[in-house]
Amino acid sequence: MADPRVKVAVVDYGAANMVSITRALAAVGADVTVAEDPAGMVGVDAIVVPGVGAAASAMDHLRERGLVDPLVDWVRAGKPCLGICLGFQILFECSDEGEATTLGLLPGKVAMLEDAPTLPHIGWNSVEFGRDDPLFRGVADGSYFYFVHSFAPEPTDLGVIAARTTHGRPFASAVSKGNLFGVQFHPEKSSEAGLRVLANFVALVGATV
Amino acid sequence: MLARRVIPCLDVDKGRVVKGTKFLNLTDEGDPAELAERYAHEGADEIVFLDITAAHERRGTMLDVVRRTASRAFVPLTVGGGVRSVEEMRDVLRAGADKVSFNTAAVATPELLTACAARFGSQAVVCAIDARRLPGLPGSDPSWEVVTHGGRNATELDAVEWARRVVALGAGELLVTSMDRDGTRSGFDTELLLAIATRVRVPVIASGGAAGPDDFVAAVRDGKADAVLAASIFHRRMHSIASVKAAMAAAGIPVRITEESVA
Repeated sequence: MADPRVKVAVVDYGAANMVSITRALAAVGADVTVAEDPAGMVGVDAIVVPGVGAAASAMDHLRERGLVDPLVDWVRAGKPCLGICLGFQILFECSDEGEATTLGLLPGKVAMLEDAPTLPHIGWNSVEFGRDDPLFRGVADGSYFYFVHSFAPEPTDLGVIAARTTHGRPFASAVSKGNLFGVQFHPEKSSEAGLRVLANFVALVGATV
Repeated sequence: MLARRVIPCLDVDKGRVVKGTKFLNLTDEGDPAELAERYAHEGADEIVFLDITAAHERRGTMLDVVRRTASRAFVPLTVGGGVRSVEEMRDVLRAGADKVSFNTAAVATPELLTACAARFGSQAVVCAIDARRLPGLPGSDPSWEVVTHGGRNATELDAVEWARRVVALGAGELLVTSMDRDGTRSGFDTELLLAIATRVRVPVIASGGAAGPDDFVAAVRDGKADAVLAASIFHRRMHSIASVKAAMAAAGIPVRITEESVA
C-alpha cells in the first residue's frame, strides 16, 4: 500500500464526481485534499485532474477559478499529475468538442470516436499495454477498465502512449511522460484494477518526495 | 473489446433494500451499501439503486446510501427514482453517483433530459423506458406502448419512437424494461430490445424477466443489449453474477471476469 505521507490534491472545478475519486485515493493510502483554487495546490505532492462533461465548459470553470496557469506551471515543472477522463483530454492542445482550446501540455488534439458502434462509449473495455509502464505495475495486460466518453485524444507524439483501447477505432487510453500521466478510463470506478493504478500513481509520487 | 455488463438492481425503500412483488409485500433485505459492496466484490459491472420510497422524505436518505456506497464500492453507480430537476441530479452526482435514471419525470417533462445532459453530459443521463406490448394483428410487426407508475399509467407513446426521441433530447443510455416480463422470470423481451437497440446509437440496458444465465445470453445475442439488469435472481441467490458471466463467456460474449483482471 501507498505511503500515507503522500499528499494528493484533487482539482475541483465544479464538474467532476469528487466523492468517488477522493474516496478511491484515500482507499489506496493517499492523504487527499481538494483544490478549488490555486491555494489548494500549495504544499501537496501531486495533482489529480478528474472530469466528466464537456471540454469547453471544463476550461471555463478552470479559468474562473484561476487554475489554468497554476496547472500548466505544475506540469511544466515536472511535478506529478494524473488526468482522468476529461481531465486527461484537456492535457492536449485542443478538443473538437465545443472547439475548445485546452491546456496544451501534450501535443495533439481530442476527436470524437466517429466509427464507434455505440456512443457514448460506456462500459468496461480492455486496456492493451503498449509498454511496461509503472502505472500498470501488477495489472494484467488486457484488463478491463470502466470508460464513459465520446471523445478521445490523438497524441501527435506516439511515444507518450502507454496503452490503447479499441471502440470503433483504437485510441490512446493511457499516456505517460515523465511525471505526467493521463487515463481515459475511470480508475476510481474500475474496481480492483482501478485501485491498483491509483496505488501505483501514489507510489510513484511517494518515490519522488 | 467492450464487455457486456451485468448489473444488479437494488430496490431501496427508506434507506433499506427491499424485495417484493409489484411493490407489495416488501421485506427488508438489508443495508444497500453493504449489498452493493458485496455485488461489486462478486463482479457486478455497475450497481443500480431504484428509490421506491413514496414522496418527500426520500432525498436525504438516498443521498446517504449513495455516499456510503461510493466510499466502499468502486464501480459505477446509477440512481433511479424521484429525481425531477437539474439541482436534484446535481445532489445525487455530488453524493457519488455516476448516472441518474429518469422515468416518469422524462415522460412528464422531456426537456428535463436536455437540461441535465447540457449540465452533466449525456453519459450521466439514463432514460428508463417501461414498455408494454400492444395487441397486434397476427403477422404484423410487434409494437409497444410506454407506461409509467409501475405500469399503471398508459401514455400512448410508441416505445421505439420514444426511445429515439429521448436520445435526441440528450439521454446517453436507455434502460428498457418489459412490463409484460417484469417479475415473471420468463426471459427478456428480446424483440423489444432489438427493436430499440437497432434504432438508437446509445447503449441499451435490458431489464425485466431474467430467470437464469441463458436469458442474459439471449438479451445480448438476440436483443443486441449492451448490458443486462436483474434484481431478484441475484438477491435470492438463485444465480451468482459469476455464473451468469460464465454462461455469457461460453456463448462468446465478451465479459469482465474479475479473477483474471488483476495479476
